[in-house]
Amino acid sequence: MKQLPANFIIGAVLVAFVVGVAALSLIWTPHDPTDLNIRAKFGAPSHVNWLGTDQLGRDLVSQLMAAARNSMTVALVAVLLGGSIGVALGLLASAIGGWVEDIVMRLADLGFAFPALLFAIMLAAVFGPSLTNAVLAIAFINIPIFARVARASGNQIWTREYVLAARAAGMNKFTITLDHILPNIAAAVIVQATIEFAVAILAEAALSYLGLGAQPPASSWGRMLSEAQTLMYLAPELAIYPGLCIVTAVLGFGLLGDGLRDMTDPRLARAR
Amino acid sequence: MFEMHEMTVRFSIGDALRDASLRIAPGDRLGIVGESGSGKSMLAACLMGMVPQSATLSGRLTIDGTDMTHAAEDLWQTIRARRAAMIFQEPMSALNPLRRVGDTVAEPMRVHLGLGKAQARARVQALFEEVGIPDPSARLRMFPHELSGGQRQRVLIALALACDPELLIADEPTTALDANVALKITDLLVHLSQSRNMALVFISHDLAAVARATTEIAVMYGGDIVERGPTAAVLGTPAHPYTQGLLAARPDPRAMPREADGSRRRLPTIPGSVPPLQAMAKGCRFTGRCAVERSECASVKPVPTGPRHTTCHALLHEETP
Amino acid sequence: MTLLQAQGLTRRYKLPRRTVFGTPPVLTAVENISFEIAAGQTLGIVGESGSGKSTLARMAMAFEAPDAGRILFEGQDIHALGAAQLRRLRPDFQMVFQDPFSSLDPRRKVGWSIAEPLRAMGVSAPDRVAEAFEQVGLHPADGDKYPHEFSGGQRQRIAIARAIITRPKLLIADEAVSALDVSVQAQILNLLMDLQETLGLGILFISHDLAVVASVCDNLLVMQRGQAVEYGAATDILNTPSHAYTRSLLTAAGETH
Repeated sequence: MKQLPANFIIGAVLVAFVVGVAALSLIWTPHDPTDLNIRAKFGAPSHVNWLGTDQLGRDLVSQLMAAARNSMTVALVAVLLGGSIGVALGLLASAIGGWVEDIVMRLADLGFAFPALLFAIMLAAVFGPSLTNAVLAIAFINIPIFARVARASGNQIWTREYVLAARAAGMNKFTITLDHILPNIAAAVIVQATIEFAVAILAEAALSYLGLGAQPPASSWGRMLSEAQTLMYLAPELAIYPGLCIVTAVLGFGLLGDGLRDMTDPRLARAR
Repeated sequence: MFEMHEMTVRFSIGDALRDASLRIAPGDRLGIVGESGSGKSMLAACLMGMVPQSATLSGRLTIDGTDMTHAAEDLWQTIRARRAAMIFQEPMSALNPLRRVGDTVAEPMRVHLGLGKAQARARVQALFEEVGIPDPSARLRMFPHELSGGQRQRVLIALALACDPELLIADEPTTALDANVALKITDLLVHLSQSRNMALVFISHDLAAVARATTEIAVMYGGDIVERGPTAAVLGTPAHPYTQGLLAARPDPRAMPREADGSRRRLPTIPGSVPPLQAMAKGCRFTGRCAVERSECASVKPVPTGPRHTTCHALLHEETP
Repeated sequence: MTLLQAQGLTRRYKLPRRTVFGTPPVLTAVENISFEIAAGQTLGIVGESGSGKSTLARMAMAFEAPDAGRILFEGQDIHALGAAQLRRLRPDFQMVFQDPFSSLDPRRKVGWSIAEPLRAMGVSAPDRVAEAFEQVGLHPADGDKYPHEFSGGQRQRIAIARAIITRPKLLIADEAVSALDVSVQAQILNLLMDLQETLGLGILFISHDLAVVASVCDNLLVMQRGQAVEYGAATDILNTPSHAYTRSLLTAAGETH
């Protein structure tokens, strides 16, 4: 048995923690995260409120847990949505080639040049700020990324002799893509998805921080951070906790993705 | 003088090399022939002190009488490049694509021999001439991709010769090359061995190349040296059933392709395939594929017998009725 | 009867341009090559790397189109067919590839891979899969294993089973034994001869190794840098090579004999 890379182990532990907490918040939080209790505002950590309460007397632990769940959901939906569209486009480009490939890849270049934040602001300007728009914006930036990964690894698989054999057998390109290309690029796509998951968490936090994401009363690390900003001198811990959460989640998925890549492609690991 | 006495390389799944005995004197040209899994590359690794850490070594390996069997890595580093050098099958992947070939060849001279820039350059140029690279002063400024496969292999030979080794190990040096180029590289290795009085160990699965390059030959199967002796004698009158099978299986371009009745002439074959290391018989490794197999073959390891050190129970039985 | 006929095949590749305004350099991989294969006969193509022999194989398999010339399979120009027509014709000409480690999808059981050409025809016939396994000297139960569980020679047998399962008329073997050990190579060559005799296959056998080609072919095409150097009956060419290049290949191949 080969030894697992350190970044994989650390990443897996962090991810397990964050995902575990998010899952737990579905069935249990110490308090209702939206429960106001003005009399108990800026409460110090106690056996009732483990990390204390915020400026409105809400329980911090409960809020952080609910925010973890929201953050995971947004990242999951956005990466799944953007990833599937991107992979489908990439597979199409690599299966058909020629001008189809050229168009898909030029569009991908265009998408790359287009910042997610700008897209989210546009969506917010047209449809008003909402979590859905944040998800769409994050999904949108994922499309070109996955299209490129799928096309690049797909093109490699298309040159393999077993794909030539399938063509010789008379299989059409659609069947070959499903039978051979997709299963063999899955590893590369999963690695990329893990890394993009980290990016999506960060993007969600940023959009919520700017008020373009989760709207009150939904909990979000980014929004907690922005609300705590004005109270930095009064209660710095209100900013520190959500900040730490963001760092933990982003670092966890980032390391996990790097670790997976190192395991599936040791050549890349050495090159870096 | 490199001497190996009953060297065994043991891994947890089995022995990759068993009781290998060899003597390599200056100017010797020894061919090692075998198929994949025969242990021929492990034998080369032993001579270079490059056996994987996970293996256990037993037996005895000496260089000019010094026991190197369990020598430390830093002692081996004084041997490699300076006394024993190696070239490999794939000339492209053995060269750094981002370095000029002249710099690559000059590096060991500057590191091991402490030569200055100008001295090293002059030596590289001389070496390039020696290995038959035309217009050496221009070629040494080129990058690997600018050279043909044959020229890259010549560069690698020059690199191996950089510190004037006593022994050059060539592991499948011609396998990646076209037939005509392979012939020229083979002849070059022979010429270098003769002109420098340098020992040459030529490892290949290609019987034709080994026949051309060497005077002595060792045939390997499943980690055993099954037979060794003068090249012409071994290839002319093979003693071990494996050697016989291997020689017969090689197609002959001048043989008639059809029998008298019009059916196509089949090639003689060795039945089955090389088993994985963990599934090898404890006795003779050729058990299960052999035409003259005896009851003791699977369990008893045959003792090397006769002038060719042949390891075969059937032969032993024949000689001592 | 002529099975496959190549007429004046030429294939050029555009190389990446070197300067902004210059025309990109062109590599002529194959130039004006013609040959014929009859049913039950083997044509050997021999040449070194870069001689254009694999380009010929890809054109004969209709993986790529020639820039000039035609390839007729039983009189039909395969490059003039529509995609659907071509797919219907494909069961009649199959290919065995060089690398037994990359010619089988590592994620699929070999039984699945062998049945692939049948699925493409819309046929489901487990008995034919079993028959194909037996024809190449393997056991039908091996179909439940993955490619990595087999040796190189066994994988090449599996690749051959996949190629013959459609009962093709023509088999193209591109360096099909080059990656194998000598003792296994002879087994696979014999297997191809057996199959040719029982199935009446026409074979296009491509290799860089003249000795190997000589052992299986009736006719021989010697290629060098995209051009045909010699073409004719194998025994004639091998006994009285007219070209210096053929003679040098013979020297290189004949050392041990």
